[in-house]
Amino acid sequence: MSSHAATIRPGPERSDKPSYLTDGHTLKSWLLTVDHKRIAILYLAAITVFFSVGGLLALLIRAELFTPKGDLFDSDTYNKLFTLHGIVMIFFFLIPSIPATLGNFLIPIMIGAKDVAFPKINLLSWYVYMTGGSMAVLVIVLGGVDTGWTLYPPFSSTYSNTNVALTAMAAFVTGFSSILTGLNFMVTIHKMRAPGMTWFRLPLFIWAHYATSLVMLLGTPVIAITVLTMAIERVFHVGIFDPTAGGDPVLFQHMFWFYSHPAVYIMILPGMGVISEVIACFTRKRIFGYAFVAMSSLGIAIIGFIVWGHHMYVTGQSTYADIVFSILTYIVAVPSAIKTFNWTATMYKGSVSMDTPMVYAMCFMGLFLIGGLTGLFCANLGLDVHIHDTYFIVAHFHYVMVGSAMFAYLAGLHFWFPKITGRMYSEGPAKFGAIIIFIGFNLTFFPQFILGYLGMPRRYHFYPEEWQVLNVLSSAGAMTLGAGILLSMLNIGWAIVAGAKASANPWMAKGLEWENASSPPITANFDEAPIVTEEAYNYPAQLPSAAHH
Amino acid sequence: MGNQLNLFPENASTFASQVDYIYLYLLLVCAVFALGVVVAIVYFSIKYRRNPTHTAIQQVEGNMMLEITWSVVPLLIMLTMFGWGAWLYMRMVTPPKGALDYYVVGKQWMWKLQHPTGQREINELHVPINQPVRLTLTSEDVIHDFFVPDFRMKRDVVPGRYTECWFEATKIGSYRIECAQYCGTKHSQMIGLVHVMSQADYDKWLSGNLGAETADAAGKKLFEGNRCDTCHKDAPDARGAPLWGVYGTQVALRDGSTVLADDDYLRESILHSTAKVVAGFEPIMPLYDGQLTEEQVLQLVAYIKTLKAKPKETQ
Ligand code: HEC
Ligand SMILES: [Cu+2]
Ligand SMILES: [Cu+2]
Repeated sequence: MSSHAATIRPGPERSDKPSYLTDGHTLKSWLLTVDHKRIAILYLAAITVFFSVGGLLALLIRAELFTPKGDLFDSDTYNKLFTLHGIVMIFFFLIPSIPATLGNFLIPIMIGAKDVAFPKINLLSWYVYMTGGSMAVLVIVLGGVDTGWTLYPPFSSTYSNTNVALTAMAAFVTGFSSILTGLNFMVTIHKMRAPGMTWFRLPLFIWAHYATSLVMLLGTPVIAITVLTMAIERVFHVGIFDPTAGGDPVLFQHMFWFYSHPAVYIMILPGMGVISEVIACFTRKRIFGYAFVAMSSLGIAIIGFIVWGHHMYVTGQSTYADIVFSILTYIVAVPSAIKTFNWTATMYKGSVSMDTPMVYAMCFMGLFLIGGLTGLFCANLGLDVHIHDTYFIVAHFHYVMVGSAMFAYLAGLHFWFPKITGRMYSEGPAKFGAIIIFIGFNLTFFPQFILGYLGMPRRYHFYPEEWQVLNVLSSAGAMTLGAGILLSMLNIGWAIVAGAKASANPWMAKGLEWENASSPPITANFDEAPIVTEEAYNYPAQLPSAAHH
Repeated sequence: MGNQLNLFPENASTFASQVDYIYLYLLLVCAVFALGVVVAIVYFSIKYRRNPTHTAIQQVEGNMMLEITWSVVPLLIMLTMFGWGAWLYMRMVTPPKGALDYYVVGKQWMWKLQHPTGQREINELHVPINQPVRLTLTSEDVIHDFFVPDFRMKRDVVPGRYTECWFEATKIGSYRIECAQYCGTKHSQMIGLVHVMSQADYDKWLSGNLGAETADAAGKKLFEGNRCDTCHKDAPDARGAPLWGVYGTQVALRDGSTVLADDDYLRESILHSTAKVVAGFEPIMPLYDGQLTEEQVLQLVAYIKTLKAKPKETQ
C-alpha cells in the first residue's frame, strides 16, 4: 500500500551535535571507538590496503602471462603470486568488503537504531580481522605460500614447504571476525528496529545482510575447523587428510566447499542489497516484487548450503552425489534469476537517472548476467567435466566476484559517499572511471572463457603458444582495469579532502539514512529517535524540485 | 593446431561433439535470456530517462503471475540442461564392456602409463583409434588431474585410491594431456601427449616395444616374490583369505558388515590389510604400505582380478 501522502524529507538541517567524524580527534578516539560508523571507517581503511595488495598481485600475474614462457618469475614465485592473490582478495577483501564497511555503517541507521547490538564486539571483530590480516602480511614477509587459496591436502599438509600453517591460522583467525560481525548484525536486525520498522518495511539492503549473516554464522565455523585440522596434520603429522597416514584428501574438499560455496554468497548477497537500494533511488520506484527479492536472499542463503559438491564432480565422489548436487545447483540459480527480473521490471515507468552509482549498478546487471548464466555451464555434469579447473571457471567466478561483488561495492561507495563523508565527489571522473573499469574488466575476463573451453587449465605458469593472443588481450584488459580503479580511487580520495559539501539527502532518496540523519551523521545517528510509518521506497509520483544537488 | 583463433578444441573422441552440443545449447539459451534482459534495461533507461517536465512515475507493487512465470520457466529450461548433462555424464562414468585397460600413475611432475599388454611409457600414451580405452588412475604423492581437452575428458588422480575414466578416440593424431589439478612447482609442465593410431600402426608400435610383461603377469611375479602365496593358496586350509573369484563379489567382514571387492578394496587390503578384516580370519597379514610402489600394487590388483574361482565339481 503506497501511502497517499508520499513525500521525501530533505533530511535534517545540520545538527548542533558534532558529527561522528568530528566527535573526537585523537588516535585513541578512533582505535578504541565503539561507534559502528567509525568502525566501518577502520574497516574501510584496512580493506582498501588489502584490496590494493591483492590487485597488485593480480597485475603481476597478468604481466607474467603476456608470454607463454615464464620470463618475469620462476614457477615457485608465480605459484605464490596466485595463491596470495586469492587469499588476500577472498578472505581480506571480498568477504568483509560490503558487510564490514557499508553494512556496519548503514544497518543501524537504516533500521533507526543508535548502534549495533554489541558495539564492543563490533570493535573486537575489527581487531580480530587486523590480527588475521597481520598474519597474512607476515606470510608474505616470510616468503609467501604456494598451495593455491584452496589449500588442498596432501599438497598443503605434507608436500608444500612454504608457510602453510601460518596461512591456515590467518584464515582461521579472520573467520572469527566474520562470525562476530554476522552475530552482531543478526541480533541488531532482530532487536533494534525502530518503532514501526516491521520486517516487510526493511530496506532490501537489510534483508540481504540478514541472509549474509546467516551464512557467516553457520558456515564460517566449518572453514575454521577445516583449515585448523589441516594445520594440525601438517604440524603434528596426524593422519586426517593425508592418505599415507590413513587420511582422506577428498574429505578436506567436502569440508572446504561446504563453507566456500556459501562464502560466494557472503560476497554477492550484500552486493545484491546495494543494487536494490541504488536502483530504487535512481528510478524513484519501489522495488518490483519486494517480497520476492527479500525472500530470494534467504532462499539463496539456505539452498546455497547444499550445493558444495558441484566443485567435486571429477574427484571420484559417488555418481549419485554428482547428480543431486547438479540439480540442486540449477535450483539455487532460480532466486538469482528472480532478482534480476525484478530489478529490470523496477525500471519500468520509473524516472531513470544515470548517476555514477546507477552506472555501476547497470554494469553490475550486465556482468552478473554473464557470471550467473555461465554458472549454469559449470553446474552441468557432462559439460563441467571439460571446463572444470580451466580458465572457464576462472572467468566465471571473476564475473561473479569482481564483476558483480566489486561493482556493487563501488556502486555502494559512490552512493553513500556523501552520507559517510559529508562531501561530494566529482561526477565526471567518477563516471569515466566506471566506464574504464567496465571495459577493462570485460577485456580481462571474456577471453578467459574461450581459453578455458580450449582447455587452458587454471594456475598455469606456462602455456602453449597458440593461446598467446587471448592471453595478451586478457593481460591488456587487466592493466586497463587497474588504471580505471586507480583513477576512481584518486577521485574519491580527492573528494574526501576537497569535495564540495553535501546536503543530508543529495539524491532526494527515501530511507532513514537519507531522510532522518545528517551528512555525516551525528554519533548517536539521529537527533530524535525515528518512527517509521511507511513502506521502504515509498517514492512520490512527482519529482521533487531539488532532486539534483 | 594452427595459429588462427580457434573457439573449440579438436574434436577427437566420441564425447567431444556431445559436450560441444550441450555447450552450444546453453550458449543459445543464455544468450537469448541475457539479450532479453539487456534490451529491456537499455529500452527502459532511454524511454523512462529522467526528465524534469515528465513526472509520470508509476508505482507498481509487483505481479504474482509475472513472478511465477519468471521462476518456473527458467527452472523448467534449466531442468533440460541438467537432464542432458546428467545423461552424458552417466555415459562418461560407465566404461563399456571390453574396454582396453590402461593404468596411469601421476607423480610430481610426470605421468607414468602402462598398456594392457605391459608396455610402459612416460608422458606419452599410444592408443588405437575407435577402441574404448579405460584408465585406472592413482597418484604417488599429491592430487593431480588427467585432462585431455581434445577428448573433453578429465578425472582427478587422487593418492590413496583409484579413480577411473574412459574415452574412445575418433581421430588419428597427437593430443595434449594436461594436469588440471594444481600440484606444485611444475604443475603447468606436467604435460603429455596421447597418440591416436590406426589399429595396424598400433600393433606395429606394440611389437616394436616388446620385452614388456602384461600388468597381471608382472603381478603374478610380485605375488610369488613377496610370498603372498604362502598364505593365499587355492586350498581350503590356507591361512589367508581366498582370492580366487573374490573380485566383484561382496566380502563379509569380521565386524559383520560387507564390502564390495572392487579395485579400491583390493588396494586397501594389500596395503592396510587390518583396515577391513575378512570374516573368519585373523589380522595376521603383514602391512605392505611403504613396501610396494603404486605401480606394483596396480599390477597385484590386475593379477588378483584374473584369478577365477574354480568350478566346484572338479575339486
Ligand atoms: C601371513 C599371511 C599373509 C600374507 C603373507 C599375505 N596375506 Fe593377504 N591376507 C591374509 C589374511 C589372514 C587375510 C584375511 C584377513 C584380513 O583381511 O586381514 C588376507 C586378506 C587379503 C586380501 C583381502 C581378500 C578378501 O577376500 O577380501 C587381499 C586382496 C590380500 N590379502 C592380498 C595379499 C597380497 C597381494 C599379499 C602379498 C603382497 C598378501 N595378501 C600376503 C594373510 C596373508
Ligand atoms: Cu560453489
Ligand atoms: Cu598438476
